[in-house]
Amino acid sequence: MFKSKIAITVLAAVLSVGLMVSVPTFAAKSLTIKGSTTVLSIAQSCAEVFMDMHSDVNISVQGGGSGVGIASLIDGTCNIADASRPIKDKEKDKAKENNVQAYENVVALDGIAVIVHPTNSVDGLSIEQIKKIYTGEISNWNEAGGKKMKITVISRDSASGTFETFNELALDKERVRSDALLQASNQAVAQTVSRTPGAIGYVGLGYLSSAVKGVSIEGVEPTNENVINGSYELSRKLFMYTDGAPAGIVKEFIDFVLSEEGQELVKKAGYVPFI
Amino acid sequence: MHRIRERIYKGLFSLMAFASLIFLVGITLTLFVEGLPVFKEVGFFDFVFGKSWYPTYEPPDFGILPLILGSLWVTTGAVLFCVPVGVGSALFINELAGKRLKAVLKPIIEVLAGIPSIVYGFFGIVVIAPFIQRLLNLPVGLTAFTGSLMLGIMATPTVCSISEDALSFVPRSFREASLAVGANRWQTLTRVVFPASASGISTSIILGMSRAVGETMTVLMVTGGAAVIPHTLFQPIRPMTSTIAAEMGEAVMGSTHYHSLFAIGLILFFITFIFNVIAELISRRFRKKLGLGR
Repeated sequence: MFKSKIAITVLAAVLSVGLMVSVPTFAAKSLTIKGSTTVLSIAQSCAEVFMDMHSDVNISVQGGGSGVGIASLIDGTCNIADASRPIKDKEKDKAKENNVQAYENVVALDGIAVIVHPTNSVDGLSIEQIKKIYTGEISNWNEAGGKKMKITVISRDSASGTFETFNELALDKERVRSDALLQASNQAVAQTVSRTPGAIGYVGLGYLSSAVKGVSIEGVEPTNENVINGSYELSRKLFMYTDGAPAGIVKEFIDFVLSEEGQELVKKAGYVPFI
Repeated sequence: MHRIRERIYKGLFSLMAFASLIFLVGITLTLFVEGLPVFKEVGFFDFVFGKSWYPTYEPPDFGILPLILGSLWVTTGAVLFCVPVGVGSALFINELAGKRLKAVLKPIIEVLAGIPSIVYGFFGIVVIAPFIQRLLNLPVGLTAFTGSLMLGIMATPTVCSISEDALSFVPRSFREASLAVGANRWQTLTRVVFPASASGISTSIILGMSRAVGETMTVLMVTGGAAVIPHTLFQPIRPMTSTIAAEMGEAVMGSTHYHSLFAIGLILFFITFIFNVIAELISRRFRKKLGLGR
């Protein structure tokens, strides 16, 4: 009696383990996309439409950051790595060690907007001023053309792609003042700036809203048009890295992202279409 | 048949009992394996007492003193809040409240313990931080004080619940003896009940501290995240936990940055370990003093 019960339990356990292992092979074609949270929203909306068009394809989209995406591409746990920055030399070396050829596909453009509280009288800043504010040389708004008010510097965690790009484009890789507030996401930065009269922060162009004021950089407004025509200095490319030139289902997906329909989704996600 | 069944149950339950030991060993081992390389790459002294944390720059700085102090400051602040409130409410519930009030109050305080930390974080960002900012006229509301307050609220149920248990464990004979020799209610409380339950109350405080120092989501959201050595409670700071949470996702696997995040976890683990050892020692000492034995 008990023996048969045990036997059934064991059988059930073995069967369920077997099922779990074999499930992923049921889908005809699967694609794993991993990486930058900035590119995540593009990848996600494109994947949804793409899967509607190809019912036999299963796409899994994950965040984690540019570094995680590229690391996963290198160790072979994803097909496409989303990145909001170009691949680093260190990562390239590591890829070569693992026989992975990181192939760069530019899928969209993104501008970084410098934001202040809506009540702040400052409308524009130069790159030089932004650098001085972030490195601590200027700490009061009256030194940057505003009213007398202490500047509260808000930055991103130093590992995020947005930070890396901002650090390179605006700060010349100089260190952000150590008492700068560090927030973990674009939303958190925008939210903190909207609640702090003396704050300055930076977010992706898609996160601009009426709750904050995006200042002009070197006299150029942070708009999609200015990013496309190249006059806005704080802009960057967004990438999807693949192992070698895209082929097969990976190529189909990348081609879709770059198609008119895909770029329309890029625009909807708050970024600037590449074409 | 029954004997086999008994054996199976025995094996199953001892496996469960040892599971936590296995987890503990696994976690400790991972922390050591992934964290120790940093002491070789950076040096123990430069890592623990270094004053600046710039892990992704060229050249990088891996000094976690600001992070350690950030954690200690918010924890101290939280203790200053949760000990009076927690122990006070335990005393009230145990000594003063009637049966009905007790039946309502204790569950309410315990519900507070079940609220997810991210909800505390939201509450802190949306309500507490702007309030503190306006009240004290600070440039920004995300400060060590805000974090302390939130952690204090979060640790209060732990402190209150365990303290209340400790108070209720004081034998009835202790109180009766005290009252019998003519002590009044206040004297009985401060001279007899309180010392007798001191071990339990100390344990509750230390466990509250462990909860506060290890809390992640809330402090990530409400303390601002500035990696500076704090000078006042009213400035943004960055505890160790929020550093790990904010940076782990992007740290390149196997890099010094990655190892240093594990090393921060290792140090955090040691701090809570020391807390627990202290709690145990206090508990033993007081038990001996009262002749309660182990």
